[in-house]
Amino acid sequence: MQKVFERPKSLTDKPFHYCPGCGHGIVHRMIAEAIDELHLAERTIVISPVGCSVFAYWYFATDNIQAAHGRAPAVGTGLKRANPDSIVISYQGDGDLASSGTAEIIHAAARGENFTVVFINNAIYGMTGGQMAPTTLVGQASATSPYGRDPKFAGHPLHVSEMLATLKAPRYIERTALNNVANLTRTKRAIKKALDLQQKGEGFTFVEVLATCPTNWGVDPNEAVDWLESSLMPEYPLGVYRDAVPGEVKL
Amino acid sequence: MKGNEALSEAAIRAGATLYFGYPITPQNEVAEYMSRRLPTIPGGAYIQAETEVAAINMVYGAVATGRRALTTSSSPGISLMAEGISYLAGSELPAVVINIMRGGPGLGNINPEQADYFQAVKGGGHGSYRLIVLAPSSVQEMADLTVLAFSLADRYRNPVMVVADGNLGQMMEPVELAERYPSDADHSSWALTGAKGRPGHTITSIYLDADEMEAYIHKLYAKYDVAERSEVRFEEYLTEDADVVLVAYGIVSRVVRSAVEELRAKGIKAGMVRPITLWPFPKAVLKGLAERVRFFLVSEMSMGQMVEDVQLAVNGQRPVYFYGRSGGNVPTPAEIVAEVAKRV
Repeated sequence: MQKVFERPKSLTDKPFHYCPGCGHGIVHRMIAEAIDELHLAERTIVISPVGCSVFAYWYFATDNIQAAHGRAPAVGTGLKRANPDSIVISYQGDGDLASSGTAEIIHAAARGENFTVVFINNAIYGMTGGQMAPTTLVGQASATSPYGRDPKFAGHPLHVSEMLATLKAPRYIERTALNNVANLTRTKRAIKKALDLQQKGEGFTFVEVLATCPTNWGVDPNEAVDWLESSLMPEYPLGVYRDAVPGEVKL
Repeated sequence: MKGNEALSEAAIRAGATLYFGYPITPQNEVAEYMSRRLPTIPGGAYIQAETEVAAINMVYGAVATGRRALTTSSSPGISLMAEGISYLAGSELPAVVINIMRGGPGLGNINPEQADYFQAVKGGGHGSYRLIVLAPSSVQEMADLTVLAFSLADRYRNPVMVVADGNLGQMMEPVELAERYPSDADHSSWALTGAKGRPGHTITSIYLDADEMEAYIHKLYAKYDVAERSEVRFEEYLTEDADVVLVAYGIVSRVVRSAVEELRAKGIKAGMVRPITLWPFPKAVLKGLAERVRFFLVSEMSMGQMVEDVQLAVNGQRPVYFYGRSGGNVPTPAEIVAEVAKRV
């Protein structure tokens, strides 16, 4: 009998601690599958951020390092420059990457660092209890925007893929979502493509994944998928934002 | 060689061929030197980071692979690195950070000061950790203590800070350097080199459980106990028959040495203790001298920071006086002689 579905070898046996309906476990699995399929496990270093995925290192059967809030792209720069043969994956959420770590992500991208960033955008702070994130939508209620994000006082959400796509150095930038099977397949394909480009030394690769956080959105997992489609996806259009040789201007 | 260049070349010869930094006066010679040298060395890399925050985190990533890496900065930049230094200590990573101290607080000025003693010795970053802190007083020591810093960082798996000041960074003196300073450190039990033929390694500093966190802190402090017993370094000058002992480190110790000679010429038996390790602090020698000297006088280019450690060591047995200058002013031998003479 042929086995057609199994646990990726790059995942440990530890059950995920994430809430029901959370996107982290899905993306962890996709990363592990991509590592396995490209045979990169023995070269990979995963950077765990600060946030709900701070313990991502519990799950990847590779080398792991935990980084200070927002600093993962700087840590990745050090890892990769010290050992260019390694495969470095910086796994970050929206509070980590788009708020505390905006300088680090922009400059790692601008230098064209040859590593991969997987950016989980669920428009909320998870671990600290559902506070407003830089990616929180206008009108979206959170623990620190109880009346909804008011653009008069809290501005508008940050579009990271679009921002990074204005730079000349990045090799590949794509935004995907975890709302249906087709988009799950696209997400997995994007992650695998990013790791493959890194393995070939082609430069900075970035996959933004729109993900659900039912717990902090205050909805059940099914409603979370509905809200992802009806609210997040219109604000953050899916697609490839850059797929070009570093240095080329992409119009 | 300039002090800043001597420490740079010494770091390279100690195998630190990865440098991450951000421009700030008065230490730019280091980055400029490294940006010339490192691209010509196989495996070497110089990166001008976007901030000091990024620079220290690049060091965190680089040393996690088991390689040696260096960052340098000056006072305001070191403040920005405080978080990363705490992470390095909390993750037990060997790293060397050099602070060419300038005037503060705030933007201060670019003149030499020693007002970052508290920051270096008492913390700077958050949490229960210690830094080993080395204080050179010559260009030769800028090189030698940089090399020592790397080997202590490896031995204790802890960040080591070298604190100098703008004078030492800019002054030129002859230096002797070895061709290489080889390391025999074995990082294979923890370094992130890829999980090939072994389980994955993890570098982290988070321990959610109270007992687990406490046990981890105790483990760090067991290391610090060993460092306190084994790594104290200091120089004594004419203390054997001294009635008065002056205590100074770094560039000020050179002024104090002249003051001691002038005091001796006046018939006042003065001596000097020069801490080379600011942490661990040379408490025992000061405690011993407190048995027999009349008083201590501490001189710093600050409003008085190390003086508190001298007071702790002397523990009220003898008076501990202080004379300091700030803003980039350096105490003169005549000022120090006068401070001592009026109390004799």
